Amino acid sequence: MAELAQKPFPPGRYQVVVVGSGPGGLQLSYSLTRLGIEHAVISDDAAPGGMFRRWPVFQRMLSWTKPFTGIERTSRAYERFDWNSLLADEESSRAVMPALMDGSSYFPSRPEMQRGLETFVERTGLKVRFGCRWESTKVVPSPARGGGQGGGQEFIITTSDGEYRAPVVVFAVGVAEPHRPPIPGLDRVPHYGDFRPVETYRDRRVFIIGKQNSGFEIATGLLPWARQLVLASPSPTKLSVNTRTLVGVRARYVQPYEDAALAGGVIILDTTIEAVQPHGAAYQVHTRNATEGREISIEADDVIAATGFVTPLSDLPTLGVATFGPSRLPAQTPFWESATVPGIFFAGTITQGAAGLKKHGVPSNSGAVQGYRYNARVLARHLAEARFGRRITRRQLEPETLVGYLLDELSRGPELWHQRSYLARVINLDRDQGITDEGILPLAHFLDAGGVDAVAVTLESNGRDDPYPAVYLRRNGSIGEHFMPPDPLLDFERSEYERQLRSVLDPVLTHSGAAA
Amino acid sequence: MAVRDDVVNAIAGFTLFADLTGPQLEEVVHIFDEAWFGAGERVLRQGVSGSGFYIILEGTAAIRVNDVERSALKPGDYFGEISCLLGEVPVADIVAATALRCLVLPGAQLEGFLTAHPRVMYRLLQGEARKLKNTTKWLS
Repeated sequence: MAELAQKPFPPGRYQVVVVGSGPGGLQLSYSLTRLGIEHAVISDDAAPGGMFRRWPVFQRMLSWTKPFTGIERTSRAYERFDWNSLLADEESSRAVMPALMDGSSYFPSRPEMQRGLETFVERTGLKVRFGCRWESTKVVPSPARGGGQGGGQEFIITTSDGEYRAPVVVFAVGVAEPHRPPIPGLDRVPHYGDFRPVETYRDRRVFIIGKQNSGFEIATGLLPWARQLVLASPSPTKLSVNTRTLVGVRARYVQPYEDAALAGGVIILDTTIEAVQPHGAAYQVHTRNATEGREISIEADDVIAATGFVTPLSDLPTLGVATFGPSRLPAQTPFWESATVPGIFFAGTITQGAAGLKKHGVPSNSGAVQGYRYNARVLARHLAEARFGRRITRRQLEPETLVGYLLDELSRGPELWHQRSYLARVINLDRDQGITDEGILPLAHFLDAGGVDAVAVTLESNGRDDPYPAVYLRRNGSIGEHFMPPDPLLDFERSEYERQLRSVLDPVLTHSGAAA
Repeated sequence: MAVRDDVVNAIAGFTLFADLTGPQLEEVVHIFDEAWFGAGERVLRQGVSGSGFYIILEGTAAIRVNDVERSALKPGDYFGEISCLLGEVPVADIVAATALRCLVLPGAQLEGFLTAHPRVMYRLLQGEARKLKNTTKWLS
């Protein structure tokens, strides 16, 4: 470890302080750097990677990177198939992951993921002050000549290395603090994160509390080792192949489910856990079924709480940062700012707290790298414009190219594929300024912010059909939504789509100054 | 760590769930998601499809039709069921009047939930009857 003086970002005043060096913090730092926004990145860890330096426990990711797609790996379109690489403008730093995977699986191993993040940092020259622990947070009135615009306040971040001051702080600290629901006796059983070497479960009866991916990941790993596996939680298991979204247990971990369905020895219960009691060297788990109220007591040699994680927000709630839900996520605006403490922003998996529209109950992918890497890029641009007075140049479009451009985005735009009904390509159709590409923006912001005539396109999933194009047209201040049918080959550049999109846009285009 | 326990306690006092046992209430909390909205934020958008069934846990909301405020909603009240039941877009905006914490169920899951919990369905039906009575009174 370098001497304190040689570490980057010494304590002091910055425009932005980013806390965390997982993929979320790194992507944001990269994007801020590209926009010339001065900032510090601090991290308690010793190296980049965040939670991927430890987890998943069975050392393989749940997100894929498809090596062969027929698409140039350095192109933007390839990002749709590579869920794990961070985003870069320079070709040399793009698609880092496929090049360093060993080919044995299209799910990278945990060490490969860690190496990918380290490689990204090396190639892009990102700096992080490692070994610098965030200890406490204060908000004070900002000095007269303080950094950002508006707000009139700044944050003091006290760390193990000293004090940082900034008008904007971004927390990218993961959702990584083990959570145990308030079940009597559960505080004494190991959590997912405490999982022992798998061979120590040999010929034992294991009771897993929780039927999400983490519970099924452990159950899958224990299939060849445990004598009996019980998975239990109050509501029935959903499978991603049925929900057609990332909601539910992923196909990788479905084997225990099939084992239970074929009565092989795995037991899956929809039941409330009433208490976990020590019973000699083992445990007695008391359960009660919600539908019939039937009580069952089950003896187990090991109990594992696969009951999820909460957000390690430290003292932020005492500053007024509101949280919600089982993961205690901070409540956020569409631009990932605390809904209750302006100036505090979030990046990385915490951005799932800005739920967006959740149309048809389908969440965004903001909890995962393939989703939040785009949130970070949108956030960097938002901070640059809204807080630091930058104006990023918009591309002007000719009216006759608009339909083709939007269909190309719908067919290949990775933001729209990974963040369906959450991020959208927005085009202003202003009478005076002409047709301008506003870039990628949160759909909720587009729908609620009002403004000049404009169109936003994204893909939508309804949990039933293939994804289909969704077009939101803002005209004279009101929004109309238009959907195009799904295509079995996911090709939205056919002539029917062109015709349909043109008929939606024509009434506005013929009235806009640009088309006249 | 009483994060979910406080939700179970809150909904135990709601008329909609008055007939459910403890484990059933806990199951409801697992089946529904939780959502949070800042004051002024829109929860349902008039004319925008794909919304859900919401039950207010904390805070208040306003029903707004064509930008005119019609009515207020408080903890224990619910909204969105009409568009879920009819499969149509909401005919009103629902806007958070204060910070608003809700339970939410995707529209497509409402039928399955209600048929699996007939007592909740009956209570919901009573709620709809009350709304219809008030509307009839208002019209006459």
